[in-house]
Amino acid sequence: MTTIKAQMPGVFYRRPAPEKPAYVDDGESISEGQTIALIEVMKTFNEVKADASGTVAEFLVEDGDEVDVGQDIVRLGEA
Amino acid sequence: MRRVLVANRGEIAVRVIRAAHAAGLETVAVYSDADAEGRWVQLAGSAVHIGKSAAAKSYLNSAALVEAARETGADAVHPGYGFLSERPGAVKEFTDAGLTFVGPSVSTIETMGDKAAAREAARRADVPIVPGSGPVGDVDEALVAADDVGYPVLLKAAAGGGGRGIRPVASREELVDALPAAQAEARAAFSDDTVYLERAIDGARHIEVQILADHAGNVVHTYERDCSVQRRRQKLIEEAPAPGLSAETRADINEAAVRLARQVGYVGAGTVEFLLTPSGEFFFIEMNTRIQVEHPISEAVTGVDLVSEQLRIAAGQPISFSQDDVRIRGAAVELRINAEDPDNGFRPTPGDLSRLDLPGGPGVRVDTGFVAGDRISPFYDSMIAKLICSGPDRDTALARGRQALTELRVEGVPTTVSMHRRLLDEPDLRAGAVHTRWLEELLPDPT
Repeated sequence: MTTIKAQMPGVFYRRPAPEKPAYVDDGESISEGQTIALIEVMKTFNEVKADASGTVAEFLVEDGDEVDVGQDIVRLGEA
Repeated sequence: MRRVLVANRGEIAVRVIRAAHAAGLETVAVYSDADAEGRWVQLAGSAVHIGKSAAAKSYLNSAALVEAARETGADAVHPGYGFLSERPGAVKEFTDAGLTFVGPSVSTIETMGDKAAAREAARRADVPIVPGSGPVGDVDEALVAADDVGYPVLLKAAAGGGGRGIRPVASREELVDALPAAQAEARAAFSDDTVYLERAIDGARHIEVQILADHAGNVVHTYERDCSVQRRRQKLIEEAPAPGLSAETRADINEAAVRLARQVGYVGAGTVEFLLTPSGEFFFIEMNTRIQVEHPISEAVTGVDLVSEQLRIAAGQPISFSQDDVRIRGAAVELRINAEDPDNGFRPTPGDLSRLDLPGGPGVRVDTGFVAGDRISPFYDSMIAKLICSGPDRDTALARGRQALTELRVEGVPTTVSMHRRLLDEPDLRAGAVHTRWLEELLPDPT
């Protein structure tokens, strides 16, 4: 199973701003380097970029959840 | 008022608990999952867990705070700074629940939190505001407005903010082309092409005035602070008093802050922020309706305990001194020690604080919410400690700052200590000749 992991600890967000749509939805295909989420660390927002291409099978964390370094955040299916 | 719930964390929670206990008040601390071992949790009379680590689920959760107050029989709430301190909706929830809010009224917070309303209040109080225009629709209108405001001007998108949608214009010739371009940009970025003009101010210092106002209508200031050493609008070093201010400018700017506080019927501690131009003109920027991070430097030079005055005022008592009692004695500097890596674009650096040896001696105060062994959490801001160094004159305060930085040992996370060591030796800083862009010019962002 391919997953995308959090590179830093913080608060996980699936959208660029509360009123904006999610970066990517379940089932959508993504390519390496694409921004798929944000992690807020000490009030600064850091983009989470996909380190592999594929289809988003599911997000393993909810919007607003706390994540730790190395935690799986997205499970990818076949590209 | 008998028992104060401290709706905050870290050093400011510790600061409020100290002041409350010294005033004979009981305290209730609150904490999130990440903060169960927090120093303020141990110092308070009792403590309530209010939710998960993310601030939105704990320190910003007003319902959980109201419930914590009810559970513990607290009758007042001190918001500290940040979090809910300037959110009128939350303050209304506190007061509706019968709690005394240690701060100004909901309507004052609303007024000063609205840029246009705050500017209007300043105008009425005869406090100078940055010269600017209303919306300008076409080039002819813009040219007339710009002559009035004075070049160089900034063309600003009304719907912009946080530094976005701003275009500098040096002359009439430039304005002719710049206006349509700015309107197009504003339309594209904000779906609103309304733009207005403001005078561009170069080389300005950030000067702010600490005020206190009580329910009896007494309004006093405890002089000004210079907070020009900033990076991305984050203050890193603050000084009191502002170095090199003429007696006349000092009197004018402090009196202007008091006039504005009176104009809006202010109650509590607050800070009126100004830009001071190289030519000595000053303009109101905004008012912070709460205690500020850098309040201890004002305490160091005036001897006033600002947090205990906040508590007195909230309890309905008058300010404990009058304006004539307040004198500046010496100078003070605050150095913010943050978990940020100055060699790496000030990247935030959460982690485990394996060592924290604090400095001491005459004129050295350290406010911190941490001890060695604590975790610097990624969920909150990056400040580890504030070093407040004071002395009979500015040179002594800065020398004590250098010594304090030498004594301070922080291990486990990169910090801003090395940057402070360098800055205190910079000739411009030693000369008191810095403006709000100075640090960004000295330490440009890596590109």
